[in-house]
Amino acid sequence: MVWCATGFKKCPIAPITCAGAFSPIAKCFHLAIGEATTIGHRRNETMDEIVKEFLVESNENLEQLDRDLVHLESDPTNREKLASVFRTIHTVKGTAGCLGFSRLANVTHAGESLLSRLRDGTLLLNQEITSGLLAMLDVVREMLSNIEAKEQEGEGDYTELIGLLTRLQAGETAPAASANASDAKYAPETTPATAPPVAAPPPLGDLMVQIGAIVREQLATALRQQQDGDSRRIGEILVDQGAPPNAVVDALETQRDLRESAVAASTIRVDVGQLDKLMNLVGELVLVRNQILQFSAAQQDPGFQQTTQRLNLVTTELQEGVMKTRMQPIDTIWSKFPRVVRDLAMSCGKQVRLEMEGKETELDKTLIEAIKDPLTHLIRNSVDHGIESPDKRAAAGKPADGRLLLRAYHEGGQVNIEVSDDGAGVAIDRVKRKAVEHGLTSPQKAAQMSEREALDLLFLPGFSTAQKITNVSGRGVGLDVVKTNIEKIGGSVDIQSVAGKGTTIKVKIPLTLAIIPALMVATGGDRYAIPQVSLLELVRLEGEQAVKGVEMIHGAPVYRLRGRLLPLVYLKRELNVVGHVGKATRQRASVALDFSLARKKHLEWKKRLQEVLDGKLSMTEQQAGSHKECALGKWLYGQGLKEFGALSVMQEIEKAHQGFHVHVRGLLRSKASGDLRQAEEELSRVDVLSKEVVSILERVEDEVVSKYLVNIVVLQADDRQFGLVVDEINDTEEIVVKPLGKQLKGLTTFAGATIMGDGRVALILDILGLAQKARVVAEARDHGRAEKATPVCEQGEQHHTLLLLRGPNGSRMAVPLGLVSRLEEFPRSAIEHSGGQQVVQYRDEIMPLVSVAEVLAERRAITRELADSGELIPQNEKVQVVVHSDQGRNVGLVVDRILDIVDADLGKQRRATRAGTLGSVVVQGHVTELLDVDTIIRAAEPVFADQAKLEGVRA
Amino acid sequence: MADRKQFATFWVDGHFFGVEVEKVQEVIRYQEMTRVPLAPQVVSGLINLRGRIVTALDLRRRLELRDREEQKLPMNVVVRHEDGAVSLLVDEIGDVLEVEESTFEPPPEALSSKARQLIRGVYKLKDHLLIVLDTEKAVKFDAVNSDLA
Repeated sequence: MVWCATGFKKCPIAPITCAGAFSPIAKCFHLAIGEATTIGHRRNETMDEIVKEFLVESNENLEQLDRDLVHLESDPTNREKLASVFRTIHTVKGTAGCLGFSRLANVTHAGESLLSRLRDGTLLLNQEITSGLLAMLDVVREMLSNIEAKEQEGEGDYTELIGLLTRLQAGETAPAASANASDAKYAPETTPATAPPVAAPPPLGDLMVQIGAIVREQLATALRQQQDGDSRRIGEILVDQGAPPNAVVDALETQRDLRESAVAASTIRVDVGQLDKLMNLVGELVLVRNQILQFSAAQQDPGFQQTTQRLNLVTTELQEGVMKTRMQPIDTIWSKFPRVVRDLAMSCGKQVRLEMEGKETELDKTLIEAIKDPLTHLIRNSVDHGIESPDKRAAAGKPADGRLLLRAYHEGGQVNIEVSDDGAGVAIDRVKRKAVEHGLTSPQKAAQMSEREALDLLFLPGFSTAQKITNVSGRGVGLDVVKTNIEKIGGSVDIQSVAGKGTTIKVKIPLTLAIIPALMVATGGDRYAIPQVSLLELVRLEGEQAVKGVEMIHGAPVYRLRGRLLPLVYLKRELNVVGHVGKATRQRASVALDFSLARKKHLEWKKRLQEVLDGKLSMTEQQAGSHKECALGKWLYGQGLKEFGALSVMQEIEKAHQGFHVHVRGLLRSKASGDLRQAEEELSRVDVLSKEVVSILERVEDEVVSKYLVNIVVLQADDRQFGLVVDEINDTEEIVVKPLGKQLKGLTTFAGATIMGDGRVALILDILGLAQKARVVAEARDHGRAEKATPVCEQGEQHHTLLLLRGPNGSRMAVPLGLVSRLEEFPRSAIEHSGGQQVVQYRDEIMPLVSVAEVLAERRAITRELADSGELIPQNEKVQVVVHSDQGRNVGLVVDRILDIVDADLGKQRRATRAGTLGSVVVQGHVTELLDVDTIIRAAEPVFADQAKLEGVRA
Repeated sequence: MADRKQFATFWVDGHFFGVEVEKVQEVIRYQEMTRVPLAPQVVSGLINLRGRIVTALDLRRRLELRDREEQKLPMNVVVRHEDGAVSLLVDEIGDVLEVEESTFEPPPEALSSKARQLIRGVYKLKDHLLIVLDTEKAVKFDAVNSDLA
């Protein structure tokens, strides 16, 4: 056994000075400090852990090195970066040596020497050297993965690489002495701002003794010299006394390494599986919380309710916190791209400048994994196919450097990632030709295709227009796989291109997977959840409005929403369900027939008639009555046929119902005349017809009620809007998304299922799938902007969307819809008094209420009276409030009544006549005052300030 | 190979079936189900099993037997499966029986070809036949292109 320079035994197969002894990775050596015996380099458990940590840290470092080297290529004199790269390789070399990985140590040694010259400035970094160093990094990576898999660095022969690195070193040689002297002055005196109280690294002198550069006596002498008044740093003094300058530099760097590793201790590595477990548990907790909230709503116990609220708050925060742990900036993938683009550009003979915007945009970790490959492929595509060679670019008048831009940003609950290049764009004709060649489309269709549809061809499997297949792209397995993978995680891909100018590929993916806010709706007696991310607005049409509002255009139902045509999709029809409409809904639709009772009655007939046949019951024709005398008959020949006679289903029910009663009477006649056989026949007919009547009645109920009550949920799928008609609209809830079993995965209309607060299961609608099924969104994702009817605007008009209100004295008032955050309704009992202000508990905060009537000057006298009597809020049981948000704080404007949302022309405004208003305008034939929301809110400001103090205390 | 096996047994339309005990996660009474529109008839609905959503398949329909009478509520035999648990709806639950391998025979001719695919064989017991259901095959079918709808 040979002792290495650190003073510890060294493995005979690693004859290199164990300079890495003080690297935190080689902790084992510290354990033996002071002991004569040594742990040695034997492979034992501690050693395996050390190797593991070495691998993890080195891999991380290698990624950083990739980035640094590519950066350095365009900034070769950046000393800081050069020094940093040097240090990292130095550490790897040292630890590799200690752990007995001689090949790794040799390769990194060659690299380190090269880097040393670069750092010293005796050699200038150029493309060749960069490539050489990058090659070394690849080799290091290879060996590291060998070590990970087989605990050995492998049998590779890297003499060629080492030879290359050595040759590269033999560039210019400049006198080393002066360079080193200046290095000696370099002392990392600045401590990192967040240095935790870890043991400080040993002083420079001690380090130098420990690495054997000097002996204790030299250090003692130097220190004495310092004490005697020599103001130079210890490193300088030692160099003067003959210590090798390189050793000083090494020691300084080791010191810095130790300091940096101490900083890293403020983060912690967590197993992703562990985080997944936590996410699942939080998901379960959310479900339980929802159930408890349901129970709590039924309870009167204030103590219980308070605790429930607390549980609610804590659960929400916990959920957010855990989800954050899984969020990573997209930079974790993007950081690899500079290297990828550089290598690719070089191999394709092109020049590409990579720009990245929004690399701090965060995504859930699982999503990051999922888009890594697709994004890489898209980038390769851009460099390989998109960007032209420098010659072609020059000929086209473009700069020689192609520009590849990566953009990431959050929008509408989704993460958008764009890959754009300023290359040649997509050659539509070539695409069409290739598609026809590969049999993906017919020549006729290709000729008729729009540009958009042609671009979509690129996503078909088996497509490739590459002239030659490189190992980069062109195998025809590219874009369709990208699309599939992105869609698997719930995202979408889109290509836009301008010939000659460039191409942009847009990827959209949903932000979080597991817990989402959703609107609960009901159709056909079942509940469904609609993810709020697709939700735009809700419209309810009743009575006349309902009948008139639904128009048919080219045989398709549409609704005119503020001038735009909104295609309607009836959820019941798409899901092919018939169900019982609730009593409340029926009443609102003012239909006078109790359908479920009618159904029951008609089924009972069979039983009763059987009893008649058996002699247990007697009934005459008279008693049975005619078909116009039962409840259903009365309705049919009363309101029913009159109002809904035009519906075909009404003709059906009339026929079936009449036939039913005919056979009932026939049965009774036969029984009376003793013809039992005939009676039995009639009975079987009655049986069949009663079932028919019941089934048709279900459809009648559906169509009749739906004619008078239309609930429209306005949704957005893939840039297109449509209205989903449902039976009932319920609340918004936070739901935990659970995947459907494999057997049901093929159903495109459902995105999953969830468990509601009452324990029952509800399906979650997949809005895009539903839209595609209903054909309001073309399968090939046709944007069809031209088809949207745009409101006709005459010159001089300024259209704004306003919220119409009824103000004091029945006057009309309006607020710009942009200032409205939500419309709410509270029972009078929910309004409380606090600090002389009326407030209400709203979404986990205390929201102040401002009465519009109070602020408007005219009624000051009256309002003072009302204020005294505490009756400022209108007398109705329910109070309507317009919620306005200002910098995250909510204020509620109490109004008499919310009327409507309209588009109005504000071009012809009259000046304001009183404080609190901005002017007046004619809307829907009435003079309407425009409220000055700002002034109104500020009038309540003194209370606001108090409120802020209160909340400060609570927080 | 052991010469005695244990089976969880149940009745479906008068037929006596069994599933290896190890495959059964649990047996529970009728649970309220949420129907899945557009799914094949075999899928009766989804049930909430202690926070997990489990698909319930009606064995009568899967085996192409007559439908259950309306008033009769089925029982749930929840079987383990690689992608998660699946519940098989049966008429009545029987006991756990131990059977001799020697009484095993391949499936009888009387069943339809489709049903025979789902059956591994029968055990000839004293009074009746115990039909062994192949749970792996029973829970696998393509929801979209199913010809069982």
